[in-house]
Amino acid sequence: MLESKIPDGPLEDKWRYYKEHAKLVNPANRRKLEVIVVGTGLAGSSIAASLGEMGYRVKSFCFQDTPRRAHSVAAQGGVNACKNYKNDGDNIFRMFYDTIKGGDFRSREGNVYRLAECSASLIDQAVAQGVPFGREYGGYLNNRSFGGVQVSRTFYARGQTGQQLLLGAYQALMRQVHLGTVQLFARHEMLDLVTIDGKARGVIVRNLDTGNIERHGAHAVILATGGFGKIYYLSTLAMGCNGSAIWRAHKKGALIANPSWTQIHPTSLPQSGEYQSKLTLMSESLRNDGRIWVPKNQDEKRLPNQVPEEDRDYYLERRYPAFGNLSPRDIASRAAKERIDAGYGIGPLKNAVYLDFSRAIKEQGEPKIREKYGNLFRMYEKITGIDAYKEPMRISPAAHFSMGGLWVDYELMTTIPGLFALGEANFADHGANRLGANSLLQACVDGYFIAPYTLGNYLADEIKTPTIDTSQLAFDSAAARVEGQLRALMSIGGKLSADHFHKTLGKILYDKCGLSRSREGLEQAINEIKALRQQFYEQLYIPGGMAINSELEKAGRVADYLELGELMCYDALTREESCGAHFRVEYQTPEGEAKRNDRDFSFISAWEWAGSHNPPVLHKEPLKFEFVTPTVRSYK
Amino acid sequence: MHIRLKIWRQENSQDAGRMQDYELAAVDPDMSFLEMLDMLNEQLLGKGERTIEFDHDCREGICGQCGVMINGRAHGPLKNTTTCQLHMRSFAEGEVIYIEPFRATAFPVKCDLKIDRSALDRVIQAGGFISVNTGQAPEANSIPVGHGVAEAAFDAAACIGCGACVAVCKNSSAALFTSAKITHLVLLPQGEVEASERVRQMVDQMDAEGFGHCSNTEACEAECPQQISVLHIARMNWEYNKLQLLKT
Ligand SMILES: Cc1cc2nc3c(=O)[nH]c(=O)nc-3n(C[C@H](O)[C@H](O)[C@H](O)COP(=O)(O)OP(=O)(O)OC[C@H]3O[C@@H](n4cnc5c(N)ncnc54)[C@H](O)[C@@H]3O)c2cc1C
Ligand code: FES
Repeated sequence: MLESKIPDGPLEDKWRYYKEHAKLVNPANRRKLEVIVVGTGLAGSSIAASLGEMGYRVKSFCFQDTPRRAHSVAAQGGVNACKNYKNDGDNIFRMFYDTIKGGDFRSREGNVYRLAECSASLIDQAVAQGVPFGREYGGYLNNRSFGGVQVSRTFYARGQTGQQLLLGAYQALMRQVHLGTVQLFARHEMLDLVTIDGKARGVIVRNLDTGNIERHGAHAVILATGGFGKIYYLSTLAMGCNGSAIWRAHKKGALIANPSWTQIHPTSLPQSGEYQSKLTLMSESLRNDGRIWVPKNQDEKRLPNQVPEEDRDYYLERRYPAFGNLSPRDIASRAAKERIDAGYGIGPLKNAVYLDFSRAIKEQGEPKIREKYGNLFRMYEKITGIDAYKEPMRISPAAHFSMGGLWVDYELMTTIPGLFALGEANFADHGANRLGANSLLQACVDGYFIAPYTLGNYLADEIKTPTIDTSQLAFDSAAARVEGQLRALMSIGGKLSADHFHKTLGKILYDKCGLSRSREGLEQAINEIKALRQQFYEQLYIPGGMAINSELEKAGRVADYLELGELMCYDALTREESCGAHFRVEYQTPEGEAKRNDRDFSFISAWEWAGSHNPPVLHKEPLKFEFVTPTVRSYK
Repeated sequence: MHIRLKIWRQENSQDAGRMQDYELAAVDPDMSFLEMLDMLNEQLLGKGERTIEFDHDCREGICGQCGVMINGRAHGPLKNTTTCQLHMRSFAEGEVIYIEPFRATAFPVKCDLKIDRSALDRVIQAGGFISVNTGQAPEANSIPVGHGVAEAAFDAAACIGCGACVAVCKNSSAALFTSAKITHLVLLPQGEVEASERVRQMVDQMDAEGFGHCSNTEACEAECPQQISVLHIARMNWEYNKLQLLKT
């Protein structure tokens, strides 16, 4: 059933071979073909603009008031590309290997190689669009190294790389809107996928301004709706991020792969109170100069600067001497949680660790540190009121990135023909852990350089299909179902807010399907989520009417999260090994490190929806390693 | 903290709208301004009342969606700060806080504090881009750009499109927004080719959307969360005038 469609042959020829043999659609026919793109982040904007340029008729949707606010805008650190501009030995194979290894050997070789292969063109594309990347004094592009790799391959635009890449893609999209090839629907939320004869043929969306339910038909549908890490409620994600689009598609038959692999980022700001709505990320680059520690003494009362060296536990340096404060995200997050759980956490809620710059300031001087991280220190002070030049920052792990998502084949097509998933919404490329700066890359590459070919290959067989008539039965029933769901939510008439349920779910998931998992905890979580879901349908209250109503929007998203959360637990439960972001306490080495089991778990878990009252069905796509040998990831 | 709020309530774009009083006790000074609104909404919901609609998403100061007028200032009392990055510790115990939507003819109110800023998208559609199709880009280092130039382009490109500049301008001018994009693109060699077409179309679109003219009061720069400089407006005018001169 799961045909990954990776072309045969040597790694370096696979994508070229695919492109040489992909079917084409001639320009006259493109004008007759319609494509729906849901999402205007890097993945959505780049594919919508590219298809518009090629002459397809495109409809672009997002729930924000303008495409430019998609969550890609928040990415700070940078985007990877192997240009070897530093002459330090970077090349496609090395980048491929770092990514495969970083993902703990749980991704497909063919996909990852292609990601590395296309990375250089992305920088070219972005520069041509006017993205103001950092430059050397001679006018050439600068880059730096990031997250545990030994070469410089991360391009950046100050601490706002995502913003600038997104503006480039957004401007390309706006140009197509002006030319009339793309129709824009901001403040529209996709609430269902319409399939006809097994193929994706359109979507049902809610106009968030009027409350109207609209039908849109197309020859193919692309979901580029980003990650669902907001399911934990407290996360680094924007408030509106959701899993609804992929979840509704899942219920229409699209498989979801590896849903429990959520990256927990080590350097976020800690939760400071119950009211808190999000955790702000501090760029990982801070770990280049900051040292992470907790007091050796459980009930340390002294202020951090008064704690002498001998009473501090620099636990990353202690446990991972080779990488120390720069160890990969999964390792650093888990080590922090271990200390916090053991009772050494700091701050009023004892839920954080220190990130200390005092040594760097002493050695390099404050101006140097200010030059490197000034904007981050300012941001930190704005949020916490603390001056991090004078006392250490408080940081803590936070949910950040979904490695899982809709299962897609090499063409980025889901198990529903004509339904494609791009960017963070698909599961591809990152395995069990994502290396820093690879996600912006994946979102862009999917949209600019992969889907334009693979979509053409699919659409070539659709040129005889007339414009999709949205008065067909399939649209009627999908629209009726959506309206029924919305009315049902509105009429529960309980006492509790959607946020209440979201926070409760988030806490269950964080404790039991977060940084570490156990069989017992996951089984409990499944039961707790089931009970919470039942309570949701009895106790939810949504004030207001059917038009502009944020509470209704939230409720719909939480309803989906309550189902997706359960699936995440099933996924984590069946994977009886530890790998990347997934740490099962039963499977660890005597030193407390993750213990992978390649013999039994070298596969992608793809889940099928079996109805509300049945457990999901697991399908396995075996991972073949032809070109690299999985090794133990050691950062000691 | 105990605070009193006067908040703009408006059912929809037809409704006349009015200020309404609310009170909140036990506000934590570490709460962000939007978390304070969340708290108020939770209480309204508990009483079965319609919650206050406001725009926001990233809550990180970067998406540009959260702007409101707070005590008559765009994004509130702090300099260069978005509403979501403002914290309750910036207010005094017992203070009365006025919260209203950004107001401009080109930004119609949709509901409560939610407004329609799609006019800014249409200004970008009119020419705020470099016309390059996917797949035709030359090798990136074949277009060297001096460090200083790239940094200056970045300073302009950093605009988050929040609309505060329009809201604080007595003429509701979008000159800061538009000129920032013009400067960003014209400084770069890639963007220079289309410079004159771009400035003409974007300025015309700005007028067509009902934004006013710039009369150099510079309130926009003072309230901009990204510290976008009014010098870009001078550049926009210069580019525009150059175009007029060359035409005749
Ligand atoms: C704080 C932060 C910092 C990061 N820093 C980095 C970094 O430095 N480097 C890096 O490589 N990665 C980074 N990442 C990850 C990276 O930003 C994301 O993975 C990537 O931008 C996702 O892009 P996307 O296009 O897939 O989705 P998004 O940009 O999230 O876009 C999703 C789009 O889908 C739309 N949408 C969603 N659901 C619906 C629906 N139901 N109906 C209609 N529209 C919908 C939204 O409106 C939006 O337009 C960071 C992430 C965060 C949160
Ligand atoms: S919510 Fe994004 S800038 Fe405030």
